[in-house]
Amino acid sequence: MMASMAALLQRLLVVVNQVDPGAPGFWREFLVGMLKPVAATAVVAMAVALSFTQRLGLEGEMLYAMARAFLQLSVIGFVLQFIFTQKSAAWILLAYLFMVTVAGYTAGQRARHVPRGKHIAAVSILAGTSVTMALLVALRVFPFTPRYIIPVAGMMVGNAMTVTGVTMKKLREDVGMQRGVVETALALGATPRQATARQVRRSLVIALSPVIDNAKTVGLIALPGAMTGLIMGGASPLEAIQLQIVVMNMLMGASTVSSILSTYLCWPAFFTGAFQLNDAVFAAD
Amino acid sequence: MRRLGLSLHHDTSPSFAALACNQRPPPNGTVHACSKSRPPQLEPGKVGKKPIKKTMRIARIPTSIPPHLRLPLDLSAVSPMGSASEHDVREHLLDVDGVGEEGAAAAAGPKIRVRGLTRRSEARGEEILRGVDLDVPRGVVVGVIGPSGSGKSTLLRALNRLWEPAPGAVLLDGVDICGIDVLALRRKVGMLFQLPAMFDGTVADNVRYGPQLQGKKLTDAEVQSLLSLADLDPALCSKPASELSVGQAQRVALARTLANDPEVLLLDEPTSALDPISTQNIEEAIVRLKKTRGLTTVMVSHSVKQIQRIADLVCLLVAGEVVEVLPPSELSEAKHPMARRFLELS
Repeated sequence: MMASMAALLQRLLVVVNQVDPGAPGFWREFLVGMLKPVAATAVVAMAVALSFTQRLGLEGEMLYAMARAFLQLSVIGFVLQFIFTQKSAAWILLAYLFMVTVAGYTAGQRARHVPRGKHIAAVSILAGTSVTMALLVALRVFPFTPRYIIPVAGMMVGNAMTVTGVTMKKLREDVGMQRGVVETALALGATPRQATARQVRRSLVIALSPVIDNAKTVGLIALPGAMTGLIMGGASPLEAIQLQIVVMNMLMGASTVSSILSTYLCWPAFFTGAFQLNDAVFAAD
Repeated sequence: MRRLGLSLHHDTSPSFAALACNQRPPPNGTVHACSKSRPPQLEPGKVGKKPIKKTMRIARIPTSIPPHLRLPLDLSAVSPMGSASEHDVREHLLDVDGVGEEGAAAAAGPKIRVRGLTRRSEARGEEILRGVDLDVPRGVVVGVIGPSGSGKSTLLRALNRLWEPAPGAVLLDGVDICGIDVLALRRKVGMLFQLPAMFDGTVADNVRYGPQLQGKKLTDAEVQSLLSLADLDPALCSKPASELSVGQAQRVALARTLANDPEVLLLDEPTSALDPISTQNIEEAIVRLKKTRGLTTVMVSHSVKQIQRIADLVCLLVAGEVVEVLPPSELSEAKHPMARRFLELS
């Protein structure tokens, strides 16, 4: 594994060495290179036209999303370029924490009726992804360098974000809809955790299903982004699948830890100190 | 039990009398009628109770009452106190009996005492309960009745802290429920909801739920015994709970609650979703539990006839206030205008 990783690293380094923002002609070449993404917006134009003719009303949203993706990816390209040239590990942590913060905000938005949802999501994602990453670094599956950690952390954080957001949203909905069952359990002397065991289980199953299904079909229906990138970058498919298997394993580990932790952090928000349902939470919508 | 009920009735009357007079129009004829209704033979007792009367006047007379109306009010206040005095003596005798049986501490005072209980709706800020006062004697069935929206269910849910009452507003065996471990409280004060909610698994799994929370495992014999208590066929215990009828589910819910061996049972319109036969089964189970186990029961119902069938004491709740507490046999004599209207339309 390490030999393969080293080979991949050397191959990528060759490419990177050719890039230097300060070199003469860099910006001209960069802008010429951006012509491809610009040309690709033709398919977005098609989507916008279809939305208009079908009266979906999504044209504005599509254009906004496309412009935002353009801008964000352009900026992140330069940011990553900068970070990859740094020696200090602090930059890795900084980039990682930034990703976690944004992920927490986004997941919290999805479950916006959960009090302190953004904080709960951020803490859960941080815990889930950091445990998984630490384990893999300790096992030397990955070297602790920006080039490896940041893209992989990004995939993990993004996936954990989706799973955590769905878990929290679903849990609140289920507890609200099955309030009678929950209060019946409370009235029999159950703690909030005991009273919501069934709702927690169901929320986790629903949230983790896409991750599990994805692992079941990977390679049969779709080649994941990381693998595609490696192959297009010149890596051998045999080498690419090794990395991808690691990625799939990490996604499942990080998502599971994050989502389970989020359920533990939710119940103080859903219940009062005297183990009563918090009416303010379930009165919304 | 009748005596206790009567005692409570008279404890409440002074307040009611004051309210009633306060609401009457000024015409002298009406005032005279109010005064006239009192039997003359009670007047000699007035002299002996003078100190109490002073206290009553300070506590009860609204300042808004014109001076010329106070004399009739005094007469109104005296009569109930006279009667209460007689019943206080009997109640004292009852306490003496109680000491021998249960011990002084347990026998003294009601099972549940509610004082000044208030609740404001979080959403709109409206008052749901406005200073509810109520004593629930031990070993009796208290029926809580009143119009929709008067706060009956809210009152009930305060007793097992499904919402948080103010400290000191609710006492169980003389102890503030806010100072008791909430899980222990909910095991002592069991609750049956309007719609029974079954957990996953079999009937036996449901009955075992409460004890299992404490790490206890009920034997099959114990489960079957509890089902019998709830007027169910013990053979039901292996049946999936999801296959029960609503009537059966409500009785399984009763058995499940009894599995915690509660001292008090709260019933929130437990039969409103049931057919007449299932209703009768539940009612019979409740009455039998009172007789065999001395269970204290507080039951919310919208049905006057049901309350008359099984309650020992009736509490009329109107617009968040207890307006009367009386025996079911005296329901037709309720005096509060809204209470009368509710009863007439029932």
